[in-house]
Amino acid sequence: MAEKRVVYSLCCMCSGRCPIMVEVEDGVIRHIWGNPHVFGAKSLCPRGAAGVAFEYDNERPQYPMIRDGERGSGKWRRVSWDEALDFIAEKLKRIIETHGAKAIALSDRGGPHTELHKLFLRAVGSPNYFTHHATCSNSALNALMSIAGYAGDTVGYDYRNCKYLVVFGRNLLESLITGEARNVIEMINSGGKLVYIDVRWTYTASKAYKFFLINPGTDYALALALINYIINNQLYDVEFVNKHVVGLDYLRSFVQPYNPEWAEKETGIPAEEIKKIAIEASEAKPAVIFHPGWMTAWNEQDFYLRRAIYALNALMGSYEAKGGIFVAKGAGDAGYKIKQPTSLAPKVTEERCDGAGTKYPWIRAQWGLLQVLPEVIETGKPYPIKAYIAMRHDPLASMPDPDVWIRAFEKLDLLVAIDVNWSWTSWYADVILPEATYLERTDNVIVRRGLRPQLALRQKVIEPRFDARSRFQIFKALAERLGKGEYFPWKDEIEMVNWQLEGTGFKFEDFSKKGIIDLTNEPIWYDRNNLKFDTPSGKIEFYSETLEKAGIPSFAPYHSPTKPPEGSLRLISGKVAVHTQGRTTSNNPILNELCPENHLYIHPSFAKKMGIKDGDLVEISADGVVEQIRVRVSPYVHPEIAFMLHGFGDAVQVRTRSFGKGANDVRLMKGKLKVAVGGNCPLFETFVTLRKI
Amino acid sequence: MSKYVITQDQRRCIGCLACIVHCKVENNVGKGAKFCDILPVGPKDINGVPRILFVYINCFHCEEAFCMKACPTGAMTRRSQDGIVFVKDELCIGCKSCMKACPWGIPQWNEETGKVFKCHLCKHRIDKGEKPACVEGCTTSCLTFTVPEDATHKVRKDYAERIAENLRAMLW
Repeated sequence: MAEKRVVYSLCCMCSGRCPIMVEVEDGVIRHIWGNPHVFGAKSLCPRGAAGVAFEYDNERPQYPMIRDGERGSGKWRRVSWDEALDFIAEKLKRIIETHGAKAIALSDRGGPHTELHKLFLRAVGSPNYFTHHATCSNSALNALMSIAGYAGDTVGYDYRNCKYLVVFGRNLLESLITGEARNVIEMINSGGKLVYIDVRWTYTASKAYKFFLINPGTDYALALALINYIINNQLYDVEFVNKHVVGLDYLRSFVQPYNPEWAEKETGIPAEEIKKIAIEASEAKPAVIFHPGWMTAWNEQDFYLRRAIYALNALMGSYEAKGGIFVAKGAGDAGYKIKQPTSLAPKVTEERCDGAGTKYPWIRAQWGLLQVLPEVIETGKPYPIKAYIAMRHDPLASMPDPDVWIRAFEKLDLLVAIDVNWSWTSWYADVILPEATYLERTDNVIVRRGLRPQLALRQKVIEPRFDARSRFQIFKALAERLGKGEYFPWKDEIEMVNWQLEGTGFKFEDFSKKGIIDLTNEPIWYDRNNLKFDTPSGKIEFYSETLEKAGIPSFAPYHSPTKPPEGSLRLISGKVAVHTQGRTTSNNPILNELCPENHLYIHPSFAKKMGIKDGDLVEISADGVVEQIRVRVSPYVHPEIAFMLHGFGDAVQVRTRSFGKGANDVRLMKGKLKVAVGGNCPLFETFVTLRKI
Repeated sequence: MSKYVITQDQRRCIGCLACIVHCKVENNVGKGAKFCDILPVGPKDINGVPRILFVYINCFHCEEAFCMKACPTGAMTRRSQDGIVFVKDELCIGCKSCMKACPWGIPQWNEETGKVFKCHLCKHRIDKGEKPACVEGCTTSCLTFTVPEDATHKVRKDYAERIAENLRAMLW
C-alpha cells in the first residue's frame, strides 16, 4: 500500500506565495493544488501546478561549487558544504577587517521570506540590503509611502465588492496570482466594471468593460486629467477628502492645465471617454479601485503617475471602503504578536551605499536602489563594496545592462550566488550554494495580511533531492563562522517557527491542519471616521512637506514622452500566465513546452514600412546591443511599441530548454541603471530598431 | 457518450493553461502531448473591445467513437459503468489508426512508450469521488465536471436569471 500524505505549504514559483496543498505518495510529490481552505477550491495557476516539474528537473545546481576558471567560464569544482562555507567566511572576515562589514551587499527578491537574509546582514553589521524592486515596484511603493504612509504590502484591494476598477497596464489576468485572478473574475461576473488601459491588448483587456490603447508613456496625463475633471466637477467624496486629505487646493490648482481635452491630444483617449471614466467612477464610489500597478519601473514619471493614482483613490474615498483599497491588517490588528527573526539583531545605523533614505530622503531603504550597486562597486564610492551575495535573485537576467554588472563583478573580492536555479549571475559567481527548493525547506512564519489576517508557513514536503540546504541552515552556518551565531539561536527551522509563535498559543503543528492559521473570523475594517495615515500630518498628503523639503515637488509638471525616432520603436516587456519569473519558469519542462520562446509584437503599419512580415526573424538593436527574435505582426499593439515577454534569451547553457531561445529584454535596456524619482529604473524608455535577417 | 461532461464558462476562462499543466502533471503526459487543450480564437471586436475566446477541448468520450471503430486490437475501450473511452496500454500496438480516425485530434502520441494515450477523464480520480485534474486545478474555476442533465439545467437556470435581470430592468 502506497504511503500517501498531504502537506500544506506556500508556493514559490513566483512572488505570489499562494497557499498550496501538496500530495505526496511514497515520498514523491504527485500533485500541487491550491489550498482549498484559502481559495474555496483546489485552484492553482499553471506555474504553481508546474512546481512538480520544477522539483524533479535535474537542471539546477546540485551541490556547492567553487569557481575553477575565469568568471563566466562555467568551470567549477564540487566542494563540501564545509569547504564552501569556510571559503565564504574567510573571505568575508578579511573584507570586514579591511573595509568594514558595510562592504558586504546582499540582494533578494523582497517579500516576507527575507527575514533570515536581513538578520544575517544585521548580525554582521551591514546596511546594504537590496531588493529587486528597482526593476519592479519601487515607484509605486515609494509613492504610496509618500502619500499615505503605507508600504506596498500593507494595502489590499477588495476586488470582490468593487464596482469600478481602473487599471493602468496591470495585466491582472495574465501576469496573475491565483487568488487575485479569481477575485477579479468574480468581480466582473457579478457586474463590476473593469476599465483597462494599456499600450497593448492583453487577455485582461479581453475581459474589460472598456479598453483604451493609450499612447506610450502618457498614463500620467490621463491620471491628471481624471483628477482635473473630478475636482472641478466636485465628483469626489467631499466628506472623506475634507476629513482625511491635506493639499486638495494645491492639487486643484496644479491640475488646472491638464483638462480632458488636453489629455486627449497626449493620450489618444477621447476627452469624452476620460470624462465618462471620472463620472462612472464617481457614481460607483467608494467601491472604486484605481490600481497603482505592480511592475512599475516604466519611466521617469512613474513616481508621479502612482501618486496621482493613489490621489484618485483618495478622491473616491476608496481607502478602507468596501470594494476599495483597504489597509491590509496584520497580526497586531487581530491581537497577536508574531516575533520576527530580524528583531534579534540591532538595526544597522551605518549609512547605506546607495543613498536610499539619505541622498534620496523620500526613497525607503527597505527596498533600496539596486541599480546603483554596480557603480558603487566599480568606483568604490561612497565606500567600497567587496562582497555581494545574490540571494535567490539574478541581477544579470533581471536588471538592465548586464555588461555593466559583469564589469563591476571584476572588482569584487567575493561573489556568492545562493539559488535553486542556475542563474546567470551564478555563472559569474565565486561560490554557488544550492538552496533547498521551496518544497524541500521550511521558512519563517509569515503573516498573510488582509481583511482577515492569517499566519502561513512554507514547510518542507520532501527531503532535498540533491546536496542542497535551506536558507536557514546557510545563513546560520555563515553567521556562526563569523562569530555571530548568537543571532541564530534556534537549532532548526521548527524551533525558529515555535519561537516566532511564542505567546500566541499556536505551535508549528497547527499549520498541518489547514496550512494557514486564521487570526480572526470576521474581516477587520478600521473606522473610516478615524483613519490614521502614517504621514507627518496623519492624513493623505496630496501636498507633502517631506517631498518639498527634499527639493522635489509633490506633483511634477507632466512631460510629453520622447517619440521614438524615425524607424524605431519603444521597447515594452511583460508577462504571461506560464512565465512571470524568468529563471524559475523559462526552463521548466512543462512551462517551457507551452511557451518556449518570446516573440516581438509590432503593429502592421510599422511592419509594412520596414518590409517585415509575420514570422520573420529580426535583429533587434539598442545602443549597440543586438538580440535576435521572431516577429508577430498584430494590430493589437500600439504602433509606436515593440512588445516582448520578459525573461527569455537565456545565456546559461546548462539550462538546455531555455538557453538561447528568444531575446533578452533587459539586455536591450542599455543605460537604464538610473534612479528615476520613484527609485525605479526607467526601463520603458528604450528605443529599438529592427533589421530583417 | 460517457455519463459525464465537462463544461466551460467562457466568462471566467482567462486562457492561463493551468488545466493543461494540471492534466500533464496528474497523468504524467510527456512533452508534445496534451490530453486537454485551450485554443485561443480571436480576438474579434465585440462592442468596441477586442474579445478572445478560449476554446477548451478534451475527449467527448463519444457513444459511437470513431477511435474505437478504427482500433484494430481493441485497445481503445469503453468503460461499461460510465462510458469513459480509454486506451488499454497492453493492447495498443501504436498503429495510430485512432489518431487518424478522431475528427477532433484527441488521441495523443506517447513518445516514451510508442503507443497512444488519451484523456480518460482522470478515471482514477473519479473512482475516488474526485474531479478530473483539469477541472480541479482550474485557476478561476471556469471548468465544471458534471453530468448532462445538471449541465443543461444550469444553462436554463442561468438563462432564467438573465431574463429576470432584464425583467427587473423593464418593470422597476
